[in-house]
Amino acid sequence: MSFYEAIRLALAQIRVQKLKSFFTLLGVTIGVMFLIAVVSIVQGMSNYVEDAFAGKFLGVNTAYLRKFPDINTGNVTEAQWREWQRRPPITIADAYAVRDALPAGTGWAIDDVRWINAQSKYANGGPQVMAHASTSQLFAIKDLNVTEGRVFSDEEDQLGAPVVVIGTEVRQFFFPNLDPVGRDLKIGGLPFRVIGVLEKQGTVFGVPLDRQIFAPFHSPMQRFTGARINLAGVTVQAPNPAAMADIQETISELMRRRHKLHPAQPDDFVLETSASALSAWDTIKSYLVMAGIFLPAIGLVVGAIVIMNIMLVAVAERTREIGIRKSLGARRRDILAQFLVEAATLSTFGAAIGIGLGIGLSKFIAAVSPLPSSVALWSVGVAIVLGAGVGILAGIYPASRASRLDPIVALRAE
Amino acid sequence: MTAEVHEIPLSTTAERQAVTGEMGAAPAQDWVIVTRGIVRNYDMGGEVVHALRGVDLAVLRNEYVAIMGPSGSGKSTLMNLIGCLDTPTAGEYWLNGALVSEMKDDALARVRNREIGFVFQTFNLLPRATALHNVELPLVYAGVNSAERHKRAVEALERVQLADRMDHRPNELSGGQRQRVAIARALVNRPAILLADEPTGNLDSGTSEEIMRVFEELADEGQTVIMVTHESDIAAHARRIVVLRDGRISSDDRRENFVKKLPTKP
Repeated sequence: MSFYEAIRLALAQIRVQKLKSFFTLLGVTIGVMFLIAVVSIVQGMSNYVEDAFAGKFLGVNTAYLRKFPDINTGNVTEAQWREWQRRPPITIADAYAVRDALPAGTGWAIDDVRWINAQSKYANGGPQVMAHASTSQLFAIKDLNVTEGRVFSDEEDQLGAPVVVIGTEVRQFFFPNLDPVGRDLKIGGLPFRVIGVLEKQGTVFGVPLDRQIFAPFHSPMQRFTGARINLAGVTVQAPNPAAMADIQETISELMRRRHKLHPAQPDDFVLETSASALSAWDTIKSYLVMAGIFLPAIGLVVGAIVIMNIMLVAVAERTREIGIRKSLGARRRDILAQFLVEAATLSTFGAAIGIGLGIGLSKFIAAVSPLPSSVALWSVGVAIVLGAGVGILAGIYPASRASRLDPIVALRAE
Repeated sequence: MTAEVHEIPLSTTAERQAVTGEMGAAPAQDWVIVTRGIVRNYDMGGEVVHALRGVDLAVLRNEYVAIMGPSGSGKSTLMNLIGCLDTPTAGEYWLNGALVSEMKDDALARVRNREIGFVFQTFNLLPRATALHNVELPLVYAGVNSAERHKRAVEALERVQLADRMDHRPNELSGGQRQRVAIARALVNRPAILLADEPTGNLDSGTSEEIMRVFEELADEGQTVIMVTHESDIAAHARRIVVLRDGRISSDDRRENFVKKLPTKP
C-alpha cells in the first residue's frame, strides 16, 4: 500500500469521526498555537528592537562617537556616572579629525542634540522639541525622508542658513492646520524658516521621534544645543557591515591619541553601535525563545499522550477491520503504516490548525497590547515537523499492536 | 486426465495418501491444494488440544468442494490453514504449487492477497466504505494503480450483478447483496481458490439459494471453490463433499453418493 493511499485512508478516517478527531487534535493544536504565538511575539519584539531601535535610533551599519553611552540596558552606578562626567568633551575639532581619518566611502555627520523650547505665532506654548544641529549628511545616514518640502543642503549648512526640517508632531503643535513650509519656528527667540516636514516615524522606547527638528550645524542652532561645550555625537556609517570593525578601530585609535591615553588606560569615550546596544537584548531574547519553546512542549506531550490513547482505542475498535484487511493480504507493515500515517496525519492536521490559531492569537495580542508580532517562518516549519513527529511517536505503540494482531482472532472480534 | 488420478470416493487414509503423494514432493500442476498429514495443536492453558490429527486432502483445479463436520470436528481450523491465516503444527500444505506451510507472515499475507478469495459468514465488509471501495481493497494491497483498480472492481461487481449498487455502503444493502459484494471482493484478484466459510449462515433460505447459484455459476466457469459448512443441504450444492470428524477426514465422496446417505427430511 502506497504512502498516498495511507494518507487518503487517514483523511477519510478523520472525516468520518470529526468530533473524536477534534478532541484528539486539541492537545497538539493548543501546543502549536502557543508555540507560534509566543515565538511570533518574541520575533516581533526582536524585529521591533532591531529595526526600529537600531535602524531609526542609531542607523544601519552606524557607530556613534559619544562622551558616554546614550543607551544603557543595565543599571549605571554612581561611580560610573561620576567617571562619565569627568571625561573630556567631544569637540568640534574631534569631529573633523574623525572625518579626515575615515576611509573613502564612509558616511560621516555631526549630530548635536538637545531638548529645548520652541515657539510659533500660530500656537500658544507647545512641548519641548528634540533639536538637532547637524551636518547635511545626517539625513542620508539615518535614512530620513521628507513628505513635504526638502532637507537642507551642504551649502546651506556651510553658510549657516537658519532653516529647519521638522517632524510631524512639531508640525501639529506649532502649525495646526497650516502648511508649515515657508513659515517660521522660533528657537530661543530666533526664527528658523521651515523648509521640510519629515515622514512619520513613531515612538521608539518612549522617545517621540516625530518631535524632532533638524537645523544646519553651522546655523545658530548650535548655540542652543551647546555644540561648543560638548558634541552629543559624531556618527559614522560604514559602506557595509564588514568595514565596520576597521572604522571603529580607526576612530578609537584617533581618539585615544587625541586624548593622550596610555595603552593601559581605558577609553574615555564610547563608540556606540547597534550591536553594542543590542547585546543585552540578545540575552533576553534567548531566554524568551527558550520559554516560548519549553512551555508549548508541555502541551505537545499532553497531545502525544491523548493521541496514543485515542489510537489504542481506535485499534481496539477496529480489530475486526484489521482482521479483514489482513485476510485480504495486508502485511504487518501495511497495518503499521496505516495507523502511523493516521496518527501523523491527525497530529499534523492539529498542528496546521494550531499554526492558524497561533498566528491569529499573536495578531490579536499585537492588536490589543503594545506588543508587536511577526510570524517567524522557522516556527511554522518547526510546528509542522513537531506535529508529524508527535503523531508518529504517539502512534508507534498502538500501530505495532495493531500490526501484530492475529488475523484469526481479529476476524472474530465484535 | 483428472478422473484417473482422482478416484472418488477416497475412503481410506491410504487411498487419500496415494493421491496426495510423497512428503516433500511438489504436486502436479493440476492440484491446487495438497495437504499431507496436517496436524494442528493448540495450547489451551497448558492443555494441548488436537484440532487436526493428520489431514490428507487434495483438490484439483476447477473442483467445487464442501468441507463438512459437526462443531469441534476441526473444520474451522482446516479452513484457517487452507486460507493461510494459520500455519500447521506439522505436515505440509501446498497451494498452487507453493509450499505455504513453511512461509512466514509477510509471504502468507501475499499468498492470501493473490491466491485466496475469502467469503465469510458475517460478510466482513468494511462498514464505512462503499461496495466499490470494499471490492478494491485486495487490489490496494496488491499494489494495483487506482485506475486499474477501479476498472477491475467494477467488473467484479458487474459479475455479481451489483454494478448499480457500487456506491452504497454495506448498511444500505441487503444480506444477499452484501454477500455478493464479498464474493466480488474475493474474486477481484483472480485467486486460485474461493474459500467460503458458512457463506449462507446469516442468510434466509431464499437468499441462500441465490448465493449458491452464484457459486455454481463460478464453478461452471472454472473457479475452484472450497466451502466450509455444517448444513448438509448447502454442502449438497458442491460436487464433492469432505466430512471431518475429530480432526480427521471421515469421508471424501462425490455429491451423488453423499446425497444418498443424507437422512430424508421429515
